[in-house]
Amino acid sequence: MELRAPESISFAQTSFCPGCGHGIVSRLIGEAMEEMGLTEKLLTVVDVACSSLHIDTWKFDTVIAAHGRPIATATGVKKIRKDNPVLAYLGDGAAYSIGIAETMHAALRNDNVVTIIINNGVFGMTGGQMAPTSLEGQKTTTSPKGRDTSKTGQPFDVVKVMGSLDIPYLARGSVSNLGDIRRTKKYIKKAFEKHMNNEGFCLVEILSPCPTNLGMAPVACSERIDGVVKEFFNTGEYIDKEGTK
Amino acid sequence: MEYVLMKGNEALAEAAIRAGCRFYSGYPITPQTEILEYLSWRMDEIGGEFVQTESELGGINMMLGASAAGARVIGSSSGPGFSLFQEGISYLVAADLPAVLVDVMRYGNGLGDIGQSQGDYWQLTRGGGHGDYRTIVLAPNSVQENVDLTHLAFDLAEKYRHPVIIGSDAAIGQMMEKVALPEMEEHNIDKFDWSMKGCKKGEEQKKITNLLYYMDNYDEFLANKYKEMEENEQRWESMEVEDAEVVLVSYGISSRVCKEAVKVARSQGIKLGLIRPISLWPYPIKAFRELSASCKALMTVEMNILGQMVDDVILATGNKYPVHKYTTVKDVPETEVIIEKANKILSGEEV
Ligand SMILES: Cc1ncc(C[n+]2csc(CCOP(=O)(O)OP(=O)(O)O)c2C)c(N)n1
Ligand code: SF4
Repeated sequence: MELRAPESISFAQTSFCPGCGHGIVSRLIGEAMEEMGLTEKLLTVVDVACSSLHIDTWKFDTVIAAHGRPIATATGVKKIRKDNPVLAYLGDGAAYSIGIAETMHAALRNDNVVTIIINNGVFGMTGGQMAPTSLEGQKTTTSPKGRDTSKTGQPFDVVKVMGSLDIPYLARGSVSNLGDIRRTKKYIKKAFEKHMNNEGFCLVEILSPCPTNLGMAPVACSERIDGVVKEFFNTGEYIDKEGTK
Repeated sequence: MEYVLMKGNEALAEAAIRAGCRFYSGYPITPQTEILEYLSWRMDEIGGEFVQTESELGGINMMLGASAAGARVIGSSSGPGFSLFQEGISYLVAADLPAVLVDVMRYGNGLGDIGQSQGDYWQLTRGGGHGDYRTIVLAPNSVQENVDLTHLAFDLAEKYRHPVIIGSDAAIGQMMEKVALPEMEEHNIDKFDWSMKGCKKGEEQKKITNLLYYMDNYDEFLANKYKEMEENEQRWESMEVEDAEVVLVSYGISSRVCKEAVKVARSQGIKLGLIRPISLWPYPIKAFRELSASCKALMTVEMNILGQMVDDVILATGNKYPVHKYTTVKDVPETEVIIEKANKILSGEEV
């Protein structure tokens, strides 16, 4: 079988688990850059968690930032390299837990970076602990009886928190089925278009399977997203300043 | 030479601009806030970037990005904020990235207080963040040195691809003195082969992260880097050390009182000398080779509770002499007390 992938994505051995959504998003970014003619310009900043594994599979100049700080670091990169597209890429633990201040304030300043946050509902890299996005009742290694929201608070919904901010773009996609993968790629491209237009902070959250830590087969893990996760985390475009929604 | 009258913190900020620094990200804290305030308008004027971040964590991690992109970057803080810098400093070291960081030291643990003090010596010279690393630490004792050492700090940061710290203090930061400023320099962000630019077809991708992932001999590489710094970057000033019977060791604001004390003591026939470390790390052990047979003891004069520099003096002298301390914590040391203590040391009394 002939393998085809954007030039910026290598077929080198990857360390992502089978069925992981990070790999799909990696490819979507590669395709989007190729189609937009930005492959040789993109600068990326990734978190230390599973996001960091991209550094060996794509061929963009990349910084691995401290856990939770990729958006702040990406802002620093963009301030110096104004002509380059700059992407901050991180997990939901990084973005909404340890890095919530960096995430919120980049949005409040409307920093001109594209941010992609992988919402897989757990801390992946450290072995499946509860994340701010874990659903009510979800079993994780630190919520073994299921997440009890009376003790842990509600799952973090970026759309509710950021929906009213003065930023140009906020969307939530998913990579759990083919239709969603196509739509998510459109969201990514739109975010980069607005970014290259210097409109400001563009955020795409992506629902993504983590079969390893959910202890599910890849297909079942994706089906869970479509059946259960999307009930809580609806997908779609929430802020689109140019009004193409 | 033309002189201007400037506050220490502002002179340091202007020196950074003149060294080609075009990026600052930080957060207010006394007694360094003038650096932030000055750069908020000066960066704008010169076409640089200034970001008031949500915290020092945001600030240092933003600097890391700007440094990875090839810029000359500076950040400044004091005590509680400098503690938050430690995360980023450890990451800068790991990724071999240059940056200049200023700690305008203030008094106390925890929140402490905003008054002058020299209590961060251990934090600055021992690493402070996680992992085993050290950074060059330069300690100015005048507004002029705030300028000169800032310029040097950028050069050293680039030479070694390593963060460099300026360990200033509240008194130096807040005082006004006459100062000569250097000419304006421009820095080319494309000059480094290692910085992020965008990966062209067929080119090697820039991976800016823990160097240890990509180097077989990382441990050796890092050990050699520190060895080179220890060999080449020891800096100090000494005064009347050759025949001194008691040698004071002091840096920053307290060293200025020591200079006065040496003069007064000599006029009274007391053989006092002074070694003033300008680099707190690498510690200027070479300076202690100037000690002669006449040396009976050394005394650190520092503004902290525990006498944080004593251990370094013992190490630098091979434990050959008694090492005393005169610690004043919040107040600037006094000439009379220094001389009194030197007399006691010479007559064999407890100090
Ligand atoms: C300051 C700090 N605290 C904790 C860690 C350990 N750690 C590494 S990755 C991670 C969680 C990652 O989860 P997430 O951000 O959701 O990304 P994922 O791995 O799921 O893609 C943690 C807690 C760290 N590296 N640094
Ligand atoms: S742990 Fe989860 S998120 Fe990380 S690579 Fe494996 S499947 Fe992907």
